[in-house]
Amino acid sequence: MNHDHITSARQLSRSDIETVLDRAAEIAADPDSVANSHEGALLGLLFFEPSTRTKMSFSAAIKRLGGDVVDMGPVDSSSVKKGESLADTVRVVEGYADALVLRHPSEGAAKMASEFVDVPLVNAGDGAGQHPTQTLLDLYTIRESAGLEDVTIGIMGDLKYGRTVHSLAHALTNFNVSQHFISPDSLKLPRKVRYDLHQEGSTVKEHTDFDPILPSLDVLYVTRIQRERFPDESEYRKVAGEYQIDADTLASARDDLTVMHPLPRVDEIAYDVDGTDYANYFEQAHNGVSVRMALLDILLGGGQ
Amino acid sequence: MTDQELRVSKIQRGTVIDHIPGGQALNVLAILGIDGTEGDVVSIGMNVPSDRLGRKDVVKVEGRELSQSELDVLSLIAPDASINIIREFEVRQKHRVDRPERVTGVLECPNHNCITSESEPVETEFEVLDGGIRCVYCDTIIRENIASHIYV
Ligand SMILES: Nc1ncnc2c1ncn2[C@@H]1O[C@H](COP(=O)(O)OP(=O)(O)OP(=O)(O)O)[C@@H](O)[C@H]1O
Ligand SMILES: [Mg+2]
Ligand SMILES: [Zn+2]
Repeated sequence: MNHDHITSARQLSRSDIETVLDRAAEIAADPDSVANSHEGALLGLLFFEPSTRTKMSFSAAIKRLGGDVVDMGPVDSSSVKKGESLADTVRVVEGYADALVLRHPSEGAAKMASEFVDVPLVNAGDGAGQHPTQTLLDLYTIRESAGLEDVTIGIMGDLKYGRTVHSLAHALTNFNVSQHFISPDSLKLPRKVRYDLHQEGSTVKEHTDFDPILPSLDVLYVTRIQRERFPDESEYRKVAGEYQIDADTLASARDDLTVMHPLPRVDEIAYDVDGTDYANYFEQAHNGVSVRMALLDILLGGGQ
Repeated sequence: MTDQELRVSKIQRGTVIDHIPGGQALNVLAILGIDGTEGDVVSIGMNVPSDRLGRKDVVKVEGRELSQSELDVLSLIAPDASINIIREFEVRQKHRVDRPERVTGVLECPNHNCITSESEPVETEFEVLDGGIRCVYCDTIIRENIASHIYV
């Protein structure tokens, strides 16, 4: 893989993706083999938006490689509060760390920041833009559970603002995968993502009804529909309710369906799904550590 | 060239941008960053009858030979424009505008949540697609009415 920075799933070729997933599988099988491989390496964490799992799994990943983190901490207590630009912040922090991880509320923040630094920079979410490392762990999980050849995937929920969806949909065009997009009309894929899928030769199959498509799916990727996307509470309840699943809703699914979710979930997947064989979302979250270890290992120059 | 076409006196040296769609002359000047404050002598013909376009605009900038890269951005709003370089009162070169691969700094990203809308030291940059342009930072695609995104 020959990238200085990882800012978007759009930049990842099939071979880039497979390099990371293969390395992640090696690491998952034998974590001790890399336990001290990046001793002393420091990962700079710049989270301008709250995050639990992405931030913790990056921390876990660098520590399991023998390194450590330097963390900007919450925005309230940082110099950003005093009006420092993102460009200045990253130029300062690159001097403290061997690689940077950035989450920011503005789309394109990671790409811009990467233009100001020489150390590798990884996008951990930019507004409603991209979240490429989530995509790598999603692909890893899909490969383990259903495979990435000749599979049918349904992606459901907030497809308009969901950055995990944007990254995943694009990355999946590298594989022989049939993608179905299930959402309310108001939250359909944005034009920019549809454009990319067309460019890559994928047909965009959009649905507002979930039930008819369910029996054909190998993988169902559920995302959260947020309250603030709707003008009022009742409209939200009505619409979001149609895209919530429980054990009963899944009755018509194939036996080997894999249900995924980038987490956190609220009520879009009922707890009674957790105990079924369909549920894969906690494993998916756990895979985040191996996949981020693999990515950091490669970016920090241990991979090839 | 007929005298009817030449609605302003001949210029000795400069650039004539001809065959601009009617009504787009001010947008052409905006794209070129010409607003008169630097003292350029500029004449504009708007909605002049034209065999090819029905109505066209013409912009004449005296004393300056605009470069091809400056002019290529015009192709986004005036794809049929012809560029005439005038020396010693005569048309010495005539060329068409080509679609550039990228447009930097001229247009504003319509996405208010784009990093280029923040006070960061970065210029906007758009990739030129077949039917529109695309912000290289936030991926937003603009297809219609590109002129309305010119920085003012
Ligand atoms: N010395 C000049 N000063 C100002 N404008 C000029 C001068 N010479 C030519 N022009 C203008 O430049 C444009 C191109 O001139 P040209 O003589 O090539 O006309 P044309 O043969 O109609 O060209 P085309 O085929 O591109 O329409 C016309 O709009 C003309 O009025
Ligand atoms: Mg003519
Ligand atoms: Zn933008």
